[in-house]
Amino acid sequence: MRLAQRFHERLAIGCCRMSALLTVSMLAAVLLLLIFSGFRVMNLHFLTANWQHMDIAQGGIFPALFGSIALGIGVITVSFPLGLATAVFLTEYRPHALWKRTVQLAIRNLAGVPSVVYGLFGLAVFVQTLAFGMSLLAAILTLSIMTLPWVITAAIEALEAVPLHFRESSLVLGSTHLQTTWHIVLPAALPGSITGGIIGVARALGETAPLILVGATFYLSHLPRSLLDPFMALPYHTFILATQHSSPVAAAYAAGTALVLFGLTVLLCSGAILARFWFRKKKDW
Amino acid sequence: MFASPILAVRHLNVWYGNRQVLGDVTLDFAPHHITALIGASGSGKSTFLRSVNRMLDTIPIARVEGEIFFQQHNILQEDTDVIALRRSIGMVFQNPTPFPKSIFDNVAYGLEIQGIGHPRRPWWTSRHRSSTKFEHSHHPLDIAVMRSLKEAALWDEVKDRLHHSAFRLSGGQQQRLCIARALAVQPSVLLLDEPCSELDPISTRHIEQTLLRLREHLTIVIVTHNLHQARRIADTTCFFHAGSILEHGPTQTLFTTPRESLTHDYVHGHFG
Repeated sequence: MRLAQRFHERLAIGCCRMSALLTVSMLAAVLLLLIFSGFRVMNLHFLTANWQHMDIAQGGIFPALFGSIALGIGVITVSFPLGLATAVFLTEYRPHALWKRTVQLAIRNLAGVPSVVYGLFGLAVFVQTLAFGMSLLAAILTLSIMTLPWVITAAIEALEAVPLHFRESSLVLGSTHLQTTWHIVLPAALPGSITGGIIGVARALGETAPLILVGATFYLSHLPRSLLDPFMALPYHTFILATQHSSPVAAAYAAGTALVLFGLTVLLCSGAILARFWFRKKKDW
Repeated sequence: MFASPILAVRHLNVWYGNRQVLGDVTLDFAPHHITALIGASGSGKSTFLRSVNRMLDTIPIARVEGEIFFQQHNILQEDTDVIALRRSIGMVFQNPTPFPKSIFDNVAYGLEIQGIGHPRRPWWTSRHRSSTKFEHSHHPLDIAVMRSLKEAALWDEVKDRLHHSAFRLSGGQQQRLCIARALAVQPSVLLLDEPCSELDPISTRHIEQTLLRLREHLTIVIVTHNLHQARRIADTTCFFHAGSILEHGPTQTLFTTPRESLTHDYVHGHFG
C-alpha cells in the first residue's frame, strides 16, 4: 500500500515534470531552428538594405522592419489611450452594473475573436467604408482594436491595485473626482498599464492574417510616405518568402526575417519586464 | 455650554443598506475645542466622522438623514459645494496615507489642485533645495508648505530632504505629514480617525502635542480607542454606543463621574 502510493506520487510528479520539459524543449527547438537556418543571412546589410525582388541575396528587409516598427508605434498610440480611458471609466467611475457587465462581456469576447475576423472588419470598415484604402492607417486601426482587450485588461488590473486610501486621501483635501483620477490614481497605475500595452503590441506585431487584408504588401519600391500608403511587414514577408518565392535561398531568408520579428518581440517584452521592474523598485506602498 | 457651535449635528441617522449604523445623533462642537469620540468598535464613530465631510458620498449604499450645520448651512443638503466643504473640514485617517510623491509634493497637493502652480524650475536642475533658500522663498506654495510642516511639527525633521519620497519617513512622521497635508489647505475643522492607533508611544506623544498646539486656530474632532489619549488631550468627550451617543460632556466629568453605568464600565475597561 505504502509502496503503491509512493509509486503513484512519483508517476504524477514525473508526468508533470515531463510536460514542463516538453514545453521548454519546444521553445528551445523553435528558437534553435530559427537561429540555425536564419543566422546565415543575418548581417547589417540584411537589416538595413532595401528589398530586391529579383535577387533577394542582394537586398535586405529594411522596408518590412520599418513597416512593423511603424505599425507598433501606431498601435500603441491608438490603443493605449483608448484602453486606458475605458479602464478608468470602468474602475473609477463605477458605471451602472449593467453597463459594466456589458463592457466586460464585450472585452472578453473581443479577446477571443480570431484575428482574421478583425482583418475582415478592417477591410470592410477602414479600407472600404472609410476609404483609407490598403494602408498603414487601416492596419494600425485594425490591430489597435485587436489589442484593445489586452490593454484594457492590464489597465483595469493596474487601476484596481491602486489602494483605496490614495483616492480617499485626495478627496478629503477637496479635490474633484477627475483631479484624483488624473493626479493620484493614473500615475500609480501607469506602469502596470504600460507593460500591458507593450505586451499587447508585441503580440499584434506577429499577426499576419489581418495585415494581408488591410494593407501589407510584399513588394514596395519605397517606404510608405504617409499613413495612407501600403507598407511591408515582417510576418507577411516571412510568409511570402516561405511559401511563394522561387529563389533557392528564400527559405533561409524567411527564417532570417522570422528571427528579426522574434527579436523585436523579445525586445519589446523584455522592455516591458524591465519597465515593470524599474517601476516596482520605485513604488513602495 | 458655549455660545455658537462651529458644527451642529441634529438628528443624524445613517444606514448602510438596511442596517442602521447611526441613530438620532445630536451634538454640538465648540470652536477651538478638541472633542474625542470614544466607544467600542462598530459603534458608529468613524461613520459619524465621515458624514461630517460628506465622505459617505463615496459609499453607494450609505443613506443619510438629519442635519449638520456648518457655517449656518446644512451641509447634508444636495446643493452643498462638497469640494469647498472638504477644504474647510480636513481629515486624517487611521493609517498614514502619504501619496507616492515627494514630501514637498504631498503637502503641496491640496493647493496644487486649487490651481496654485509649482515654482518654475528647469527640469535639469537638482530637485534638492536647501532649507535656507526655501525659507526665503516668496512663492505662495513654498510658504504654505513650510507653514504646514511647521504647524505639524515636522519641519525640522524634513527641511533638508523635502524632495525625498514620503515613504522614506517613519510611520509617525508619515502621519504628521498627513496632518501637514490636511493643514495646507487651511481648514477650520480637522477630523482625525484614530490617527495614533498604528504608532508607537513617542510618535503618539508628538502628534498629541501637535494637536494641542493646533487647537489655537482649529476645531479638532478625534476618534480614539485610546482612553488615556482622550483624557490627555480632549476638552470634551463623547461616548458612542451602538450607533448613538450615550453620554457626552467635559472629559474630566465623563471619566470621573459618568452618568451612565455603561460609560462607567467602558472607561474602566470592562468592555470594548
